[in-house]
Amino acid sequence: MSTTPILSVSHLSCQFKSQGGLFQPTRLLRAVDDISFTLEEGRVLGIVGESGCGKTTLARMILGLQKPSSGEVFVQGAPLSSLDRRARARLIQPVFQDPFSSLNPKQTIKDIISLPLRAQGTFEPHEIERRTAALLERVGLSLEQGLRVPSELSGGQRQRVAIARALILEPRIVICDEPTSALDVSVQAQILNLLDELRRDLKLTYVFISHNLAVVEHVASEVMVMYLGRMVERNQTADLFKTPRHPYTQALLASVLTPEPGLGLPDVGLGDIMPDPAHLPTGCRFHPRCLKALPQCATQEPPLRKPTDHAVLECHLT
Amino acid sequence: MSAILEVEGLAVRFGPTQAVRHAHFTVHQGETHCIVGESGCGKSVTSLAIMNLLARNGHRHAQKIIFAGEDIQAYSDRQMEEIRGNRMAMIFQEPMTSLNPSYTIGSQLTEVLRRHRNVSQAEAEARAMALMARVGITAPAMRLRQYPHQLSGGLRQRVMIAMALMCEPELLIADEPTTALDVTVQAQILRLLAELKQELGLGILLITHDLGIVARVADHVSVMYAGEVIESGRTADLFARPAHPYTRGLIDCVPVPGKIKAGEPLGSIPGTVPVMKEGFQGCAFRFRCASATDACTQDVPRHEIGAQHHVLCHHPVTDKGSRA
Amino acid sequence: MPRLTQASFVIGLGIVGVVLIAALFGPWLSGHDAFAQDLNARLIPPVWMEGGSTKHLLGTDQLGRDYLTRLLYGARISLFIGVLTVITSGVIGTSLGVLGGFYGGRIDDAVLFLITCRLSIPVVLVALAVVGLIGSSLTLVVATLGLLLWDRFAVVARATTMQIRSLDYVNAAWCSGSSPLAIMRDEILPNIASHLMVVCTLEIALAILLEASLSFLGLGVPPPLPSWGLMIAEGKDYMFFSAWVIMIPGLALFTLVLGINLVGDGLRRAFGTQVIK
Repeated sequence: MSTTPILSVSHLSCQFKSQGGLFQPTRLLRAVDDISFTLEEGRVLGIVGESGCGKTTLARMILGLQKPSSGEVFVQGAPLSSLDRRARARLIQPVFQDPFSSLNPKQTIKDIISLPLRAQGTFEPHEIERRTAALLERVGLSLEQGLRVPSELSGGQRQRVAIARALILEPRIVICDEPTSALDVSVQAQILNLLDELRRDLKLTYVFISHNLAVVEHVASEVMVMYLGRMVERNQTADLFKTPRHPYTQALLASVLTPEPGLGLPDVGLGDIMPDPAHLPTGCRFHPRCLKALPQCATQEPPLRKPTDHAVLECHLT
Repeated sequence: MSAILEVEGLAVRFGPTQAVRHAHFTVHQGETHCIVGESGCGKSVTSLAIMNLLARNGHRHAQKIIFAGEDIQAYSDRQMEEIRGNRMAMIFQEPMTSLNPSYTIGSQLTEVLRRHRNVSQAEAEARAMALMARVGITAPAMRLRQYPHQLSGGLRQRVMIAMALMCEPELLIADEPTTALDVTVQAQILRLLAELKQELGLGILLITHDLGIVARVADHVSVMYAGEVIESGRTADLFARPAHPYTRGLIDCVPVPGKIKAGEPLGSIPGTVPVMKEGFQGCAFRFRCASATDACTQDVPRHEIGAQHHVLCHHPVTDKGSRA
Repeated sequence: MPRLTQASFVIGLGIVGVVLIAALFGPWLSGHDAFAQDLNARLIPPVWMEGGSTKHLLGTDQLGRDYLTRLLYGARISLFIGVLTVITSGVIGTSLGVLGGFYGGRIDDAVLFLITCRLSIPVVLVALAVVGLIGSSLTLVVATLGLLLWDRFAVVARATTMQIRSLDYVNAAWCSGSSPLAIMRDEILPNIASHLMVVCTLEIALAILLEASLSFLGLGVPPPLPSWGLMIAEGKDYMFFSAWVIMIPGLALFTLVLGINLVGDGLRRAFGTQVIK
């Protein structure tokens, strides 16, 4: 094992002030609350949770798009805040969820893909041209498609463009924020396979965010489950799927719809209460929706436990 | 069970593009019929064509579109308006765009009922509250006074379902109703639809791209490709013996926990759905099909595989992978 | 409905095109000098009225100058002022609006404060003060209007920038290592340009009308330059005997402003449908 992990996140928190309107008090919205993890080179961390669990905010902090309220992100041991924007771009790149808003509608595909190279300011035009063409081909697009604008491509093709843009600087880490949830299932499979192939060929490290555990299982080597800004469980992918310990992980796993007729629809058992990051419950944040909640869940914050070497769990239940 | 909607030989053209080509299916009362396919396969256009809501440049032609025993093809716009939202209700993918942001949930719910029925505002509100409670919205009295942006995505979709049920429809058309929602909420919404189907004897036409959903909720499935129903059958039969290579490909695309070993690629279908122009001959899937041969450029034969299970293919996969 | 709006867009384009050509080439085509006085041929009515002659198609003014030539020359001045004003105010307003919308926070507060200040300044009174202090000239009119009419650019640029800056392609540009300036120039400006074009048409029309008002009050273009507003001012003493003296420049003003507004409407609709698509 290498000595310094490629990505390390230490006690990262992010709070927003939410203006509640003219006569309502401003509230503190704790989007991400004290998250820490390390990631070795070549691994894929899957982050799973419902909308509002803070996974996108976490991704934005790792990308440097959002300043943490406290804590720090370290890339190859160096704090992210110490890197200038060009150095950061050479290390970390994003692939966003919606391929319709992540590409500038007024630019050609080639210009979009080559933007990170041009922003470095140190590359010759023919070098930019050559690398753009090579990458277009690598993600399965034709040179002719490179001359079009985004509106002329399908959703899957646009996501390929976004991937090409993310890879042109040969970064070490790629943050994929729900890269397939806006796509058809058939296209999703194409994109997931492409991402996996590229990771192995280019020795990339991914942080892969999704709300669907089944998608994460396919790409991730370890999985972190988030609920209302907290990491509630983390484990190696195979172990997490074999023994999901947190009731929320179990619910997420139950909600995956596999193409097996006759099983009917699962009762996820999460109730109607939706998590609201502006009104955090006391004690364990999950207790209002938890079927197995104990009396102390409502009052005491759950302890952080390590059931095995790799597993981390935040829950009162054993 | 009697048929609530019977569509035969439906074709939709946008200029030279054939979005739907002789599609056919039947939705029975108390049954969920799924139309499944990738974007661009014509599934949404089919639902719009049934409701006569095509864009102005779209042309619809069909042998029959029989709704509750009557052919609605010749219906005037006025007659269609009377049916839509009343006996034939709809739910769309993005509830935020189908709700008017500047009216309260309550006024939008009651308006539907008052447009079609001669009831007082108080009666309409009482029904709205009852239905909201039924679709699992807590504190319906408070929600009635709220605006769409104050609700979460899952709640908005529940409101849409309540709105669709206001006039006790016989047919519910749901176009990707859970695609914009979290998986946890998706399961809840689909359960709700299944319960309502049982309770009210609704016929549901559910349009989706996800065979995982289809397997769990559908009674009958029609797989659409390039505007055509290429395979159709009862859910259990179709998943037990998928005969069209496209159907098999779609099933393989759905990620299933524990099915594929780490490092192996997920099953996928290369390429995209082609755009159909007039005069196209043969199988539209042949460009993406691993088992395509020269024969596939000829008119595609229809094979009956079992009771109510048929496929349009030159080389359908029959039992245990052997090819006919 | 779309056919009707398309027709009005074409009409608008036609009007603006004709005025543009007239402004560029008219003074040479008419065969008269716009400043040559002929006191023997004062107030000759247009050709279709009694006493008119084909020598002066639109007649002559109170100093015997050819009215058609002066009208064409006036078109040049109107468009010149309209375009230059909009370039000045467009640059100021767009810069402020994009900066405020892009950075938010303190910078946005400052921009909003500037917009509020600007909106509380009465344009005509300021122009009066400036002319009173410095005297009237064409440059001064352009400068005064240009420095005062940027508010709408700023408001529109700020609002549209705010919508775009949170989109993922802007985030992607940040992550690409682009500088803030490059993001504003390459990612934001091209995508708000269509909205700014619509504002341009509105502001050109407004600048032309304001110039006419200022000139009418004697605060705009100094005589003997033939501005349409000035022509109306000069003709107002004669309007009871020769109404055409003010009707002709008035009609020209009305037609040009209508044309520009029709073009603006057409652009707005065209961009509107583009956004929905």
